[in-house]
Amino acid sequence: MNEITSTRHNHLIDPTMHVWGWEIPLYLFLGGVVAGVMILTGIRFLRGQGREPSPALALMPWVAPIAISVGMFFLWLDLEHPFNAWRFYLTFKLTSPMSWGAWILLGVYPASILLAWVGTPERHKARIGRWVARIALLRRIEGWAKNNTVFLARLNIVMGAALGIYTGVLLGTMAARPLWNSALLGPLFLVSGLSTGAAFMLLFGLSDDERRSLSRADMGLIAIELGLLGLWMMGLATGGSAAQGALAVILGGPYTAAFWTLVVALGLLAPLAGEWLEYKHGALPGRGTAVLVLLGGFALRWILVFAGQATGWVTEIAMR
Amino acid sequence: MKRRDFIRMSSYGVAGTAALSGVTTDWFGLYGNRTVNPGTDGEQVVPSFCELCFWKCGILAHVKDGRVTKIKGNPKDPLSQGHLCPRGAGGTGILYDPDRLKKPMVRRDMRGSQEFEEVSWDAALNEVAENFERIKTRYGPEALALFSHGYGGNWMKHLFHAYGSPNIAAPSYAQCRGPRDVGFDLTYGWGVGSPERTDIKNSRCLVLIGSHLGENMHNTQVQEFAEAIRNGAKVITVDPRFSIAASKSVEWMPIKPGTDIALLLAWMNVIIGEGLYDRDYVEAYGYGFEQLQAHVQPYTPEWAYTRTGLDPDPIRRTARIMAAERPATLVHPGRHVTWYGNDTQRSRAIALLNALLGSWGRKGGFFVPSAMDIPPYEYPGYLDHEAQVADRPDPSAYPLADQVLAQGVCDATIPSGIGDSRIKGWMVYGSNLPTTLPNPEQTYRAIQELDFLVTVDILPAEIVGWSDVVLPEATYLERCDEVFAPPWRTPYVAVRQEVVPPMYDSKPGWWIARELGHRVGLPDFFPWQDSVEYAKTRVEAAGLDCDVLQRDGVIVGEQGPIYFEEGAAPVFWTDSGKIEFYSQKLAAQGFDPMPTWHDEEAEDPPQGYYRLLFGRSPVHTFGRTTNNRLLSEVMDENGVWVNRKIAQRWGLTSGDRVYLQNQDGVRSTFSAPVKVTDRIHPDAVYVVHGYGRKAKKLRQVYGKGIDDAELITRFKTDPIMGGTGMNVNFVTFLRAEDVEETSAAGSSLESEGQEEEVMAGLVSPAGRKGVAV
Amino acid sequence: MSDVRFGMAIDTRTCVGCAACVIGCKTENATAPEFSRDWIYTLLEGEYPDVRMTIRSERCNHCEDAPCVTVCPTGSSHYGPGGTVQVNPDKCSGCKACITACPYDARHIDPRSGAADKCTFCMHRLESGITTTSCQEICPTQSIYFGDLNDPDSKISRALATREAYVLKPDAGTSPKHFYLK
Repeated sequence: MNEITSTRHNHLIDPTMHVWGWEIPLYLFLGGVVAGVMILTGIRFLRGQGREPSPALALMPWVAPIAISVGMFFLWLDLEHPFNAWRFYLTFKLTSPMSWGAWILLGVYPASILLAWVGTPERHKARIGRWVARIALLRRIEGWAKNNTVFLARLNIVMGAALGIYTGVLLGTMAARPLWNSALLGPLFLVSGLSTGAAFMLLFGLSDDERRSLSRADMGLIAIELGLLGLWMMGLATGGSAAQGALAVILGGPYTAAFWTLVVALGLLAPLAGEWLEYKHGALPGRGTAVLVLLGGFALRWILVFAGQATGWVTEIAMR
Repeated sequence: MKRRDFIRMSSYGVAGTAALSGVTTDWFGLYGNRTVNPGTDGEQVVPSFCELCFWKCGILAHVKDGRVTKIKGNPKDPLSQGHLCPRGAGGTGILYDPDRLKKPMVRRDMRGSQEFEEVSWDAALNEVAENFERIKTRYGPEALALFSHGYGGNWMKHLFHAYGSPNIAAPSYAQCRGPRDVGFDLTYGWGVGSPERTDIKNSRCLVLIGSHLGENMHNTQVQEFAEAIRNGAKVITVDPRFSIAASKSVEWMPIKPGTDIALLLAWMNVIIGEGLYDRDYVEAYGYGFEQLQAHVQPYTPEWAYTRTGLDPDPIRRTARIMAAERPATLVHPGRHVTWYGNDTQRSRAIALLNALLGSWGRKGGFFVPSAMDIPPYEYPGYLDHEAQVADRPDPSAYPLADQVLAQGVCDATIPSGIGDSRIKGWMVYGSNLPTTLPNPEQTYRAIQELDFLVTVDILPAEIVGWSDVVLPEATYLERCDEVFAPPWRTPYVAVRQEVVPPMYDSKPGWWIARELGHRVGLPDFFPWQDSVEYAKTRVEAAGLDCDVLQRDGVIVGEQGPIYFEEGAAPVFWTDSGKIEFYSQKLAAQGFDPMPTWHDEEAEDPPQGYYRLLFGRSPVHTFGRTTNNRLLSEVMDENGVWVNRKIAQRWGLTSGDRVYLQNQDGVRSTFSAPVKVTDRIHPDAVYVVHGYGRKAKKLRQVYGKGIDDAELITRFKTDPIMGGTGMNVNFVTFLRAEDVEETSAAGSSLESEGQEEEVMAGLVSPAGRKGVAV
Repeated sequence: MSDVRFGMAIDTRTCVGCAACVIGCKTENATAPEFSRDWIYTLLEGEYPDVRMTIRSERCNHCEDAPCVTVCPTGSSHYGPGGTVQVNPDKCSGCKACITACPYDARHIDPRSGAADKCTFCMHRLESGITTTSCQEICPTQSIYFGDLNDPDSKISRALATREAYVLKPDAGTSPKHFYLK
């Protein structure tokens, strides 16, 4: 029997760490959706040359700058010293995923806004279009963008992928938290981001063809995500005692039920089955499966953020 | 480990920051780093000595912008040697305790109601003086008693001697160290004093019997304990609890509580039987060795095994280790030794064991201390020599008590079958009697009988709530006190200085005593203007430089010989002038002349009950510091230590809250979390003393944990000197949820507000039974 | 100027876990109430009565490969003088990445500044010429060794050369400069 006591009782650290609250999983989730939307709309731009997108799809790139702003707001809320946030942009730290993230976020804006502007039908531009036309610099940028849509589309794919991977790497590089400490977290969050991005797009009034191709893509993404989850767990199971202990939180530990029902069953298997049935029976993909995918993607990040922080040594009793 | 050559002390800042993390950039020149200075260094650093416990370590108090920022050890001080225990370091926690008594108060309602009116010092002191005069006129000065704990109490003691009352009691005697000093005095003609004359740092073998050095943080002893360990000393610990000291020991002997004398006799049996004792020493200094030799013969380790539960092998093994290292073997006399009512005899057994090992007066044993000669202040003669001490039922009781018995004074306040009470008024200085004396119920009864009760205190402790007049004292950091010149290896004198002026309307003890002295017509005893003048007079009379003392906090004298082998005189103030293995004094009074085992003195706990043991936490001096917010950050509540197997039997896990209920049906007022542990004997439970406080104005500690004192309804009085053995109570567990459910269900039946009264300490919680688990 | 590499070692044989280091640190560094930069950890192994106890005074390990410095996006957590790990509160955004990155849970947010906070090895004392940390100075058992690991004659180097020592979580790959003497 081991008895451990500690006099330390630092707020948010002891007895189990919980410095990151609801803001971080929400931000990671929105970041994933944005990554997915950027990549998917980028691909659409490259592949769909000549074909007219549905009105909803044409406006879809706007999701990226809007959603990322909301996500960054949550991230900002989580900062304990928010008015030092500008300090992120005084340096670039190669080893810090958060530094990478700060700069990636900065790159997301021009890439996504330019692509969105180029793809927006003239009728929607209205007054803003006239306003842009009046300012020489903006006019010149617009002209450049229109001539470089392929580059912009590729840039969106690259930035989206960077964003998606970064949201996972942010956690994955934390050696101190064995539940997170896996190189697979980057790809896992990227694929999950693509899947949730597709699901998010399916909520809007896309054309039937667009819906079908997105849904088909999502099936593949979910399958890959399940594979990555399995590999991630295998990695933990075959890791050191810390990794095995961490895995125990979702295999019998406090987060087991939530993980297996919300993430695996409802968030991945159920929508996969739904999409497959829709595909098999030639039905149009519905919004129900999309909502499940989104909930599953959020649950994955929520559970990982909270469970991961709690992995480490735990004090049993205080000095008495 | 590869050294990184770019990290240089000389090139930190920009360059240091750029290190390691790979590509970093320095834009806009905003990248420099600075070292944060918390700015706690004092503008003045005032030397003084500590009062968080009673060891009196030299400190350096840093003062900045009129606030004490931090307290360090004074490297010049022989006791602290520049280091402090956590309590000493946390002294600002008492100075800036928001719960401090701020103004003099006079009670305007029934006693114990805690309803007071704030008054001026003049009014408060006049009221005290009037009552002193009234008691003196009506009953004689000896009807007024003083309870005192702490160095500032010296002023009050002086006042009482002058006033004419010899009833000056300190719970540190009969509730703490008394039996030890009597036991050693009977053996060597010397007590061990405080600070103890133990030469721990030079010990090769240190034997601790229930003494939990490392939890009991008397600074110098703990420093020397560590030094001894560093030097490879062997530590042997006898304790039903795996104490911190036990964890440092070559042998932990988890003795059955209450059987220490059996072990000590068995050790003597081995050491004498195997001829391992110091023959030359015993022959040169001993008296009555042959009687002891014959006396201990039947007490073999096998015999002791049946009493102590300790295997004969470790008993023999440890006896041989002790003998091998003698005379540098120190069987520590302990400090709080009022355990079982046979404590003087146990202390004598410890003294005898030391004598067999030849450690008294020898290096690594007990050194011969010397004190600096500081002449007393010249006063007229005290007036108390005629009067009768009222601390025992009849003059023949406790014949060898050499100090006033606090419990006895308390008892003498209650009218007996013979007649009226002998004590009518109390002054209580810095000593919270309900948590200090056993059986608080008796203390509360005595208080109800009093004509007058005045307390001098810093915090609104329980006793304050019962007072007629409350005088808020300044803390040790706000006052100058009597100089301190204890017997020690090197003679020295230390001074307590005012670091910052008294906060609020608090006043130093010397001022209170002096004002009262003048008001009761004793101005001749207070000729000095203040304590600084008083201290200067004494220090100058000793031929010492006051400026040096004020600057350094201490003046250290020359060390003379401190061991017999260095030439220290082997003087024994016993009747025989020798170390008394056989005590004629004890024999003459009808006591065992040599420690003897009496089977009836050992008790087994009743079924389902466990012996209640209590002790210290390193961060607290019992109830005196548990309201200290700084120290409470480390420990804010006590827990009930329960042996893991026992806990399993009761279905208890760590953190479960329980009430304790003793053999007389008295239940603790509050609950505490269980600490399930392999560190304690299955027969016993353990709590840190000083919690479970009922005084609501102690907002930090009120209601936290369990007060062992209220469960000590039973105590065994040492017939030799009146010490109150308190480890003789047995408790059982009541689950907090069951108790609280029952109280909630029963509250409609009980009178309104009774709960409230129990909380305030007005009504004993005795008899309010909970549901057993 | 020669290289200085500060390190600390706790003599677990003599440490009694009294927490003087904790209180001494709190007052020296005026840390936020209810937060500690150092703490006492005890581990009891075995079953009554055959038990062993380890007592440690713990704090930031001032790692050679400090994950907190690695993940810090603003450069607030950095390698400071003498190879120590320091936080510059002026630059800290309170993102808490360093807190989650630390395998020892040695960091917290100081609620007064919103910046990450931890042991500095009393750098303000060292820079003002005092050669001890406050925990080391106050320690009644003198169980805290502090000094230059690069100086073979320093007390800490000699202790580490002659006695068995360990670091916490060596598998975390952080190369701590805080040692525990057995």
